[in-house]
Amino acid sequence: MGNVGDHALAENSHAPDGAGAALRIRGLKKAFADVQAVDGIDLEVAKGECFGLLGPNGAGKTTTIEICEGLTEPDEGTVELLRLKWRTDADELRQRIGIQLQETQFPDKLTVEETLRLFRSFYRRGITVDESIKLAQLEEKRRSRVGGLSGGQKQRLAMATALVGDPELLFLDEPTTGLDPQARRHLWDLVEEMKQAGRTIILTTHYMDEAEQLCDRVAIMDHGKVIALDTPKELIATVCSEDIVEFAVSGRATADPSTSPAAAGSAQDDREGRRLAVVDVEALKKIPGVQSHRMDESLHQLSVSELHTAVPRIFAALEAQGLHLSEFRTHSATLEDVFVRLTGRNLRDE
Amino acid sequence: MSSSRKMSFEYSSLFQLTVTRMKLTLREPEAIFWIFGFPILLAIGLGIAFRNRPADVLPVGATTEQLTQALAADKGLKATEMDESAGTHALAVGTIVLLAEQRGEGVVYRYDNTNPDARTARMLADRAIEVAAGRKDVVTAENELVHETGSRYIDFVVPGLLGMNLMGSAMWGLGFSIVDGRQKKLLKRMVASPMPKWQFLAGYLLSRLVMLAIEVVVFLGFAKLVFGVPFRGPLWELALLCVLVSLVFAALGLLVASRAKTMEAVSGLMNLVMMPMWILSGIFFSASRFPAIIQPLVHALPLTAAIDAIRGNMLQGVQLGQLTLQMGILLAWFVVPFAVSLRIFRWR
Repeated sequence: MGNVGDHALAENSHAPDGAGAALRIRGLKKAFADVQAVDGIDLEVAKGECFGLLGPNGAGKTTTIEICEGLTEPDEGTVELLRLKWRTDADELRQRIGIQLQETQFPDKLTVEETLRLFRSFYRRGITVDESIKLAQLEEKRRSRVGGLSGGQKQRLAMATALVGDPELLFLDEPTTGLDPQARRHLWDLVEEMKQAGRTIILTTHYMDEAEQLCDRVAIMDHGKVIALDTPKELIATVCSEDIVEFAVSGRATADPSTSPAAAGSAQDDREGRRLAVVDVEALKKIPGVQSHRMDESLHQLSVSELHTAVPRIFAALEAQGLHLSEFRTHSATLEDVFVRLTGRNLRDE
Repeated sequence: MSSSRKMSFEYSSLFQLTVTRMKLTLREPEAIFWIFGFPILLAIGLGIAFRNRPADVLPVGATTEQLTQALAADKGLKATEMDESAGTHALAVGTIVLLAEQRGEGVVYRYDNTNPDARTARMLADRAIEVAAGRKDVVTAENELVHETGSRYIDFVVPGLLGMNLMGSAMWGLGFSIVDGRQKKLLKRMVASPMPKWQFLAGYLLSRLVMLAIEVVVFLGFAKLVFGVPFRGPLWELALLCVLVSLVFAALGLLVASRAKTMEAVSGLMNLVMMPMWILSGIFFSASRFPAIIQPLVHALPLTAAIDAIRGNMLQGVQLGQLTLQMGILLAWFVVPFAVSLRIFRWR
């Protein structure tokens, strides 16, 4: 499994050629106290690309992006943005990139317009305050104080402060964390617009659907390393079988789990205290097309490559074990499934 | 022409930082009270408590009509006729401080000689009765009354309050908003933009100076109009002094806030720094009352130097050139904390 990432790196047809790279990272390392936050990362992001850093909390996404933003000094490795380096061209770089940080709280008592006017004044060139307000769709809130904005509006304001300098390269650190679904969609639209305008975007997220929706390419990070890198589609195709089958069973309770030694997730109490039925996993795994099995709480998950032939056989096998299905669904594998396959953990476990 | 000026201001980051800072200060109602309302209320309170009252009229009693009339002739006495037992009672409960009794041809004064008012009444009463009986003064005497401004308590305390206020508003103003910005990751966001770092600080200092002008003019104007506090030194030197004092405490506030991560931490540090000065620097009473052994410490404190210099200017009309010790102490307290905080300041 470990070589999947290497494979993706080596054969990545979307990797930019070095000359047109908006961002190039080589051998990046950073440790805090005794934690190796970033442990040897190489990345290249092409101009005009929307690139996602995806991973659970603590994977090293924010440290990586903050090193790129020139806010944190790396212990080792080099970072080049727009062919410039922080050490020598910091002033120029600050003018040409836009940054949205996690959890910035702008002063509550300033209005949207005042906040943007302040940030606009830092840039030699850029769009007007009016344009940035329009872009973030905050026209109605122009004269409202920041303290009275909703979470989504605050996040769009943060985005607008990143855009006032008309940046070539835009960094967004978890732009939708903590937002409700509607506000997230709203922000996604905004990012789509930025993409259309030809800006290079680098964003971190721990939402798989966000990365799938927005990113041209995604690097999956875990424990400070990039463990896979490709387009969302390719990642899903290479790492996972096409589909995921999820089911839960009820039915004849097997009193003594030891009588069926192959049983996985042996008899256990679920949340309601019912005895869960024991499934003979080995029998399921023998079905052609079933690649693997794992448990997510009381839910069984199978990776299945030939959905149309495998599903009837799964039904038959469960029937034969005297089990009744209480839940059954299938979905196409997502980046979330990729992460689970790569690390054996759920993203939300972190 | 005017529109292009406006444009260039609009795009000047130093101007925007300064204006933003001022707006944020003015939009905090509590801050407005502490900066403008509090010192005026304090001055009013102290002014009332320590006001110069007109010389008191002392209540006295007398047992005959003749004596009562003689006593009433003195403006410093208020005489009431009463019999002896009523007079004894009145003395006991303090409604009169002296009772004059007719005994044959002579007069007996009954009063408490440990009470200064009673002793004064004794002298006034005796003079009034002797004059009524026909005494002539041997030496002619005239009175010339002096109520000198500058020697009253209110004159002493106004420079103290001014110094205290300059300290408080500069330190709280800088310290709190810097730590607040750090806590809310606003500072980090600012350094992630192309904002020149020095301008962030300069914006604070400039807005402080504008606020300072308002604050000092309001407070001293009030003290002048209501209490007639004197301004004997050159006003421009007083203004310069206020600017310097404000910069000193802004630098101290910056130092205190340069690394603190929480409001609790910075409040604690602020109080730790300001408490000794509230007590020792002679805001309400002269710092010379402290024992000689701690006088060097007392005089090394920036607030002591500030208040001494302000008093020197306002009350004695001393030129700044003669206040070299105080000016030296203030300059040192500006340069050192400022340099240290620039070195150790944390943006995140």
